[in-house]
Amino acid sequence: MSEQQPIIELKNLRKLFPVNKTSLWEQEEKFVHAVDDVSFVLHPGEVLALVGESGCGKSTLALTLMNLETPTEGQIFFEGRDVTHLSGKPLQEMRRHIQMVFQDPYESLNPTMTIGDIVAEPLVVHRLEPNKQARQDRVVRALEDAGLKPASNFMHRYPHELSGGQRQRVVIAGALVLEPKVLLADEPVSMLDVSIRAEILNLLASLRETRGISVLFITHDLGTVAYFADRIAVMYLGRIVEMGGTLSVLERPLHPYTKALLSVMPVPNPRLRRERIILQGETPNPIDLPSGCRFHPRCPIAQPHCQQTDPAWREIEPAHWAACLEV
Amino acid sequence: MSDTAVSTTSIRGFWRSFRRSRMGLIGLFMFLVVVLMAVFAPAIAPYDPKEVVRVTIDDIYAAPSAEHWLGTDDAGRDVLSNFIYGSRVSLIVGFFASFISIFIGSFVGIVAGFYGGRAENILMRFTDIMLVIPDLPLAVVIVALTKPSLWNIIFVIGALGWTGSARLVRSQTLAVKQRKFVLRARSIGAGNMHIIRYHILPMVLPLIVVNTVLVISLAILNESTLSFLGLSDPTALSWGQMLNFAFTRGAMSARAWWALVMPGLGIVWAVLACTLLGQGLEQVLNPRLETHHLAVGVQMVDRGAEVQA
Repeated sequence: MSEQQPIIELKNLRKLFPVNKTSLWEQEEKFVHAVDDVSFVLHPGEVLALVGESGCGKSTLALTLMNLETPTEGQIFFEGRDVTHLSGKPLQEMRRHIQMVFQDPYESLNPTMTIGDIVAEPLVVHRLEPNKQARQDRVVRALEDAGLKPASNFMHRYPHELSGGQRQRVVIAGALVLEPKVLLADEPVSMLDVSIRAEILNLLASLRETRGISVLFITHDLGTVAYFADRIAVMYLGRIVEMGGTLSVLERPLHPYTKALLSVMPVPNPRLRRERIILQGETPNPIDLPSGCRFHPRCPIAQPHCQQTDPAWREIEPAHWAACLEV
Repeated sequence: MSDTAVSTTSIRGFWRSFRRSRMGLIGLFMFLVVVLMAVFAPAIAPYDPKEVVRVTIDDIYAAPSAEHWLGTDDAGRDVLSNFIYGSRVSLIVGFFASFISIFIGSFVGIVAGFYGGRAENILMRFTDIMLVIPDLPLAVVIVALTKPSLWNIIFVIGALGWTGSARLVRSQTLAVKQRKFVLRARSIGAGNMHIIRYHILPMVLPLIVVNTVLVISLAILNESTLSFLGLSDPTALSWGQMLNFAFTRGAMSARAWWALVMPGLGIVWAVLACTLLGQGLEQVLNPRLETHHLAVGVQMVDRGAEVQA
């Protein structure tokens, strides 16, 4: 990776949600550890994929990054500036540069607004382009960049008149219209038909090419990641357990959790018999985390000391990090 | 888009689904009759109720005749004309009082639902207190203490009738607030005012419209009740007042059923009209009623299921 200034940097970010006490006498306060001590950097023009199973804190991480949830601890840097505790105008200004694409295109568009109004909304919010014609032009450009051509066919329609893929393009157009530097894509294709997924992924990849946008791509599906990510971060129970270049993570996974994820990915050749690592047990409750390494109750290679020591973050190969005592 | 999906975003689509509700259509018809009667009262009514008439003993509680189709009242005035003019006051009070109610109710509901926390606690506890105080005795006390003018009555009815709307709007606001497009608006950088104006209000508005129509009927009923109890503007002729006069001035003993039945029928007609119309609108506009939800979202449901399969 280049050594230029990262566009986003997280330092020991932590987000805990307090759990309602179940009994009147229970004094101990408990927390859901949604994001626990996460650090990473996102470089300009880079696609970083954040992979993990449902409930591991991926989405919370994205919301915290946008300051839609206040972080409990840690710092967020945007272009070298600490933006952890921004509010009001400066926060609005920061959000302008980081845009989100949500998972569910059926829910993330207001059914009472036309497509044109939805895409123009960010411009209205930020009071950019007060001139109506200029605003319209920008909306048209964003829609066409997002692959909705000709834009005039869509401007006056309502979300329920569009298909899922088209809606997700509208969401992307709404993010693009502000010309952001970073796109946070929170499972942008998981609700779409498989046939449409590739189109949307191609769109995101081409946006990176043409506009140099950095993308934080959140997904539970390693298959879509291999498609266009530069680097992969694997998350388990609120913590990143492995991070490295896409090829090195996919070809030489270090962490047993990554290995298990990769081993159950379907391969095109049905005759190829591979050893599948089926993880035992359930994901532990993020309220009562296991001691030591939080993966040890399910880990196939766990050793006694895994129960005591929380593994440190180590660079095992160049630019390939993992948090495991056994590698 | 196929024909099966009904969109409430266009007037035509709205009419298409409203047309299916027979009750709603009957209500609309009855409502229009009252409104037209009130608007064109001077043209329809055979006599002017404010006119000074010379009465003889025979004109008091005179039975229906060719001259007075519905007879006369205790002062020898034409009951039909009084009835037609009386609809004006009932509707004026109904409309304005319900606008006051809906305005307060929507404001309280949206603020409480959207901001939550302490604002919600204070506002909703206040609403609860207002809700448990019986409206009518309180209205009687307030009107009796102030001058019983038309505007005072409107204000009192409006200021006491907002609690149901507040609870309704709050619950809908809570539901809308959780939706993803509100989160998306926030992530764009939108502030609270923008979100309320562009995302909460349009989604809550249909409910507010329905509720307004239902509250109108309550307001009409309340006005009639107050007038019947003698707490009305003596110069503003209303159905309740007609009932009050007929009741207190011996219509019963004179066997002048026309003086009692007509205003009673008017009240029932207007209240029923608003209730039926409101229920018809509710079926189309209320996002909580299933028929509407499915009517709009058939295709969405299908596609969603497909993707998850």
